[in-house]
Amino acid sequence: MRSPGSRLRATITSYLLILPAGAFLSVVFLYSLARLGYISVHNGNTGLEGPAQIDAYRFIVDDPLFRQAVKHNLLLLLSVPVVTVLALTIAFVLHEGIRGWRLYRTIVFVPYMLAIPVLGTTFVYLLSLNGMLNSLLQTIGLGSLRQDWLGDPSYVLGSIATIIIYHELGFGVVLFLARLLSLPEEVDQAGRIDGCTWWQLRLRITLPQMRSVIMAFVTLELITMLSWVFAYVYSTTHGGPNFASSVLELYIFNDAFSFQAPSFAAAAAILLLAATTVLIAIQVKRTSVEVNPE
Amino acid sequence: MVGVGVMTLYPLYFIVITAFKTRKEYLSNQFWPPSDPTLENLRQAFRSGDLLTWVANSLLLTVVSVLLAAIVAALAAYPLARSRFPGRSAFLGLNIVLMVVPPVVLIVPLFLFFVDRGMVNSRVAVVIIYVGLLIPFSVYMLTNFFATIPRSLEEAARIDGAGQLRTLWSVIAPLSAPAIVTVVVVNAVWVWNELLVALVFLQDNNARTLTAGLTFFQGRFLTNEPLVMTGALIATVPMLVLYVAGQRFFIKGLTAGFGK
Repeated sequence: MRSPGSRLRATITSYLLILPAGAFLSVVFLYSLARLGYISVHNGNTGLEGPAQIDAYRFIVDDPLFRQAVKHNLLLLLSVPVVTVLALTIAFVLHEGIRGWRLYRTIVFVPYMLAIPVLGTTFVYLLSLNGMLNSLLQTIGLGSLRQDWLGDPSYVLGSIATIIIYHELGFGVVLFLARLLSLPEEVDQAGRIDGCTWWQLRLRITLPQMRSVIMAFVTLELITMLSWVFAYVYSTTHGGPNFASSVLELYIFNDAFSFQAPSFAAAAAILLLAATTVLIAIQVKRTSVEVNPE
Repeated sequence: MVGVGVMTLYPLYFIVITAFKTRKEYLSNQFWPPSDPTLENLRQAFRSGDLLTWVANSLLLTVVSVLLAAIVAALAAYPLARSRFPGRSAFLGLNIVLMVVPPVVLIVPLFLFFVDRGMVNSRVAVVIIYVGLLIPFSVYMLTNFFATIPRSLEEAARIDGAGQLRTLWSVIAPLSAPAIVTVVVVNAVWVWNELLVALVFLQDNNARTLTAGLTFFQGRFLTNEPLVMTGALIATVPMLVLYVAGQRFFIKGLTAGFGK
């Protein structure tokens, strides 16, 4: 219909419109990822001798601090099933149409709105030796359970996991509730006529219909636990006591900005990226199905 | 459910009641609202000047990055939703991939990049980084939304002689107000709450953002709980207002792409 000239002009306009976005992405992502790979194999100012090539990788995989950080990230993955089941349960209950469910949805979502550093600084007080939780335990006669929740190496990671769950829960509830509200009622009714109990209905009929949204949430949360927990750790413990709550992101941050060892930081970042790539691939596959509705 | 509601709101409640207590009252009463509310903490928080500076920094960074990201993303989303050209799906795919790349991976090379250019403690550098980090999500959201607008409206504009940019501004943008507001609200919350980039790139006390300043503030005034919670309150109020006002948009933005 259109002449080749006007088509060429439209193509050029398209490129011009994309150019600013492309420029930002090039600096922030593409350039950075390329330079990251370069730094990870070149020991510029790490204080080590010689052209080290793969040495940074060798160093960090033997580094007890690196191993400890990785272990903590893996332990944090355990909170994904917890937050998923909790969010599903709350969403089911709210979906029963209990009084004021909209209000509850708003309330449950509030922690997701709070800045993670705000949550962190607040929980430092709530979980301290003389904080709210310990006072509460004392009051109800469980004073023997008092702990220094963020200061004791055996509890600190669990405490941080609890804060993460507290923050992410609202996101899960909102997501699951939105899906529940969009499900057709007939299937549920058919099940009810067949004499299913409430639990059978939820497990056998509702859950399978929610499979894809649950998978999406789980994937996102797995990515979060591996690579987006820096703010929680930094604002509560800075990784302490004695690295008992260090995570990979903090290891990268410390290597780069406290120990002046950018190539170690870069090598750790590459390994982190590789680990999350699998999860990212799942996420991308899911998202791209929906971006092309044509 | 009532129990869940109470537990959920407790930390926010704690921030609010503690911010209006004297330190002495906090020590004897952690659970209940202050018997004699004081504004002394607010006064003290602002008197030192630091907090005011940090609030101003956060506001400036949030407004500039969010607006710039919205404009740049809208410009790109328009041809992505409407035109056919080589590289279109590759660019869309790139945005989807980059949406989930964790910022910590980029922080070292970005730092070196801006050090090379003498741009440490530079707000311009931070805006560039924030806009870059916001673009993938924004482009994805806006492209999807633009694609749902009927083409007939643009045809009319084109017959009237409007070019692509003109059509985007006077036809597409007004129709996309809900999607643009969604992107702006989600992005604003993200920037306001961001910690890592702010911590690394704005280390000068006068350049600090509120969230980074808050962790610093706690380090300095750890044993003055009411004062630190006042800082937390100041960091929270703008986002709560934004959330209550734009809840609909916010939830829509977060659940976007989870339709199935």
